[in-house]
Amino acid sequence: MKNISVNPNFQFQWEEKQNCYVLLYPEGMVQLNQSAGEILNLCDGKNSVKDINKILCEKFEMEDLTQDINAFLEEAKNRNWIKYEQ
Amino acid sequence: MNNEIKPPLWILLELTHKCPLECAYCYNQLDFAKTKDAMTKEDWFRVMEQARELGAVQLGISGGEPLLNKDVLEIVKKANDLKFYTNLITSGVGAPKGIVPRLKEAGLKTVQLGIQSHDKNTMTLITNNKNSYDEKIAFTKEVKDAGLQLIVNTCITRQNIHQVGDIIEFAEKLGANYLEIANIQYYGWALKNINALLPSQEQISEARKVTNYYRTQRTDMKVFFVVPDYFATRPKACMNGWGTTFLTVNPDGLALPCNTANTLPLTFPNVKESSVEHIWYESEAFNYFRGDKWMKEPCRTCDEKEKDFGGCRCQAFALTKDMNATDPVCIKSPDHGIINKKIEDSMIYADDKIIYRNRLNSLTFI
Repeated sequence: MKNISVNPNFQFQWEEKQNCYVLLYPEGMVQLNQSAGEILNLCDGKNSVKDINKILCEKFEMEDLTQDINAFLEEAKNRNWIKYEQ
Repeated sequence: MNNEIKPPLWILLELTHKCPLECAYCYNQLDFAKTKDAMTKEDWFRVMEQARELGAVQLGISGGEPLLNKDVLEIVKKANDLKFYTNLITSGVGAPKGIVPRLKEAGLKTVQLGIQSHDKNTMTLITNNKNSYDEKIAFTKEVKDAGLQLIVNTCITRQNIHQVGDIIEFAEKLGANYLEIANIQYYGWALKNINALLPSQEQISEARKVTNYYRTQRTDMKVFFVVPDYFATRPKACMNGWGTTFLTVNPDGLALPCNTANTLPLTFPNVKESSVEHIWYESEAFNYFRGDKWMKEPCRTCDEKEKDFGGCRCQAFALTKDMNATDPVCIKSPDHGIINKKIEDSMIYADDKIIYRNRLNSLTFI
């Protein structure tokens, strides 16, 4: 499985004032909801979908989040927010 | 009131008003020559820290030509350390050798570069600098080689509006990630030169058609098309509303709700004397056009006032001499005739000579 990272043209970070994770791009900002923020936070180039699922399931005491994660990542890929490492 | 004011998101630092280009459409004030480069590196650092503390996330580094400021690398590095998203807005002309990879290293995210034309003579005509073409092309190559994101801004006037198709292809060849085709807005030098610059409505429709055609053909480069407000029926929501989103600091240290706000008869605070927090929340100037209490008719009772905030205060003042008036580009404005007259005049006096934006010409306006 390929590892996933945030597109380096974007900037992903926690914003205290907004109380959420945000994604910054030229002249704009997306405020992410909790699940999107948690997933993107794990797109650090070291994790695959499987890894992300494992970490989030442990953190939120869930069985399997693969479907939700994949749905978000597909949307994120369409918006060019992430890339899959070669 | 205080609790309703959201923090600024976008900070623009105008590091200097010196520029190697003399663009006919520059929005800078006609009397820019009297603006001094009075801000030290420490002043800029403090402004960035204070703005970040308030919650600002976007930082634009602009001018004039910001690369003429010797501290620009350190300013970029500081911005990056503070976790701003850092944009450099540059002419790409007269840049110190080898600075581009060092900017990338310092944490710069995006370079916004003006490309006026794919054609050298047209670019020289608009910028009055015959080296601009070659230097800009070389600069874009360095930007791409350094792995920086490139945004090409093309300001559209009568001089290049017929070239929009060629310019799109050119920007693509240069490797632009985004292309902004911006019909210029008429402030400062642009308003002075309006007769020589303003395209006709037909030319704008044609340019938009060409842009739309290219858009359907391509997916990788994002193309934006900014409509000139002289041909709109409603004003633009200038700066997303006064004192809601943007804060500009000019080379003197003046804090402004938009780049041209100091053309208005208001007194603006200076970041050397007040904190960004005090300026944003407490200063009279930043509160002046917040809300709708200042509005006159037809704005006051207009059901679109939440959408466009009465339009641009600088344009209202420049054209009607009343900064509280409805932006005259609105067809509901009693002053809308001024816009029609400007459009008519620009056809009658189309051969007016361009007054270039340079120091000598600026001194004649002081």
